[in-house]
Amino acid sequence: MTRKELVVSALENGTVLDHIPAENVYKALDLLNLKGIESQITIGINLTSKVHGRKGIIKIADKFFENEELNKLALIAPKATVNVIKDFKVVEKKTLVMPEQVTGIARCKNPKCVTNHQPIKTRFTTIENGNDISLRCHYCEKITAIKHIF
Amino acid sequence: MSSKSLISIRDFTKEEILHVLETAKEFEQNKEQKFLEGKVIASLFFEPSTRTRLSFETAINRLGAKVIGFSDATNTSQSKGETLKDTIKMVNNYVDMIVMRHPLEGSSRYASEVATVPVVNAGDGANQHPSQTLLDLYTILQTQGKLEGLTINMVGDLKYGRTTHSLLQAMSHFNPKFIFTAPDELKMPKEYKDFLDKRNIEYIETDSLDEYLNECDILYMTRVQQERFTDPMEYERVKDVYTLNASMLGNVRNNMKILHPLPRVTEIDQDVDDTPYAYYFKQAENGLYVRMAIISYLLGYR
Repeated sequence: MTRKELVVSALENGTVLDHIPAENVYKALDLLNLKGIESQITIGINLTSKVHGRKGIIKIADKFFENEELNKLALIAPKATVNVIKDFKVVEKKTLVMPEQVTGIARCKNPKCVTNHQPIKTRFTTIENGNDISLRCHYCEKITAIKHIF
Repeated sequence: MSSKSLISIRDFTKEEILHVLETAKEFEQNKEQKFLEGKVIASLFFEPSTRTRLSFETAINRLGAKVIGFSDATNTSQSKGETLKDTIKMVNNYVDMIVMRHPLEGSSRYASEVATVPVVNAGDGANQHPSQTLLDLYTILQTQGKLEGLTINMVGDLKYGRTTHSLLQAMSHFNPKFIFTAPDELKMPKEYKDFLDKRNIEYIETDSLDEYLNECDILYMTRVQQERFTDPMEYERVKDVYTLNASMLGNVRNNMKILHPLPRVTEIDQDVDDTPYAYYFKQAENGLYVRMAIISYLLGYR
């Protein structure tokens, strides 16, 4: 008999972000602004996933996100799942929706883009081409693959 | 944004493009139409330009409006560290329209969000130069009598040349066929080929100018711009890669016309100027009528 054990300990209340590509876990923390918050955060990287090979998982105690905030995660982890936990039970499963516009969180990679020289809030439109996700800068109109932005 | 601006050729629908071309034709037939008397238009050139600035300012004068502005940013408060936003906000209070050129890409879009009057992008770095695109379209229509179903051969720097990118986007409304003639280092970027693939528009790529010279209606020549190269050796290798001369034009289509956004250097030999195919000087003249049409349209007069 194989011993079944949770690799990452269970959460009483909070949010579990699962199926994040292992290499994007740190980016996910950045994107969701989790650096410096007070809650307990448990991170797993390079866990074995039946579907995705190596995955990452982030458990944040006592933290609940607005959908709009969570959807930013779709940019780097489109297959991520979100479980909302209350009293050790999953009370809600959320699926991520790719945001059409990305405002204020990414910098344009074009060194001649006006947003890199003037105090301007960046704006991008998401372009999905199969599994490739790119962002088109609202200002300089350059299209950059997401992996070069985050 | 409370008024209509022209920042990118993608801001205009096919109908708007055709409307501006139609209006430009009226201006070509009658240049004296001073219906903008009493208006003031700002011409803000944060980067020097001869052709574009003179052509815009002539258009403004021909329409009867007055011009204020500068042709070089060194004598403005930008050099004292003023933000672009503040400069635009200030100018916006004085004028009915802003025409601007700026070396930073996206600067005109930003200005149009800060301003309440219409903004015309007269070139933002390597990004967009929509009045050039509209005058290219006007010239193509003038020489071919139609825009539909033409074969356009773009030659030279297809990698960095913004005029070819914008022209490609604008022509996509009219079932074109493209030939891209460029050396390996300067080929049309993938994002524009993807754009054409998505619309089922046919294109052929070649590095030989001779190969498809006799199979196009428009030969759109461009200059290889030294300032775009980081590697001087690479520039030396490609700078004179294509030189068109009159002896090469023996078997071209009768209706074929050669366009060039100018300035040209070595890519078109002077002996081509006297052939019936040369059209680049008339193309530059057309800029005036098209810019008159753009200004009138955005101010709601045509």
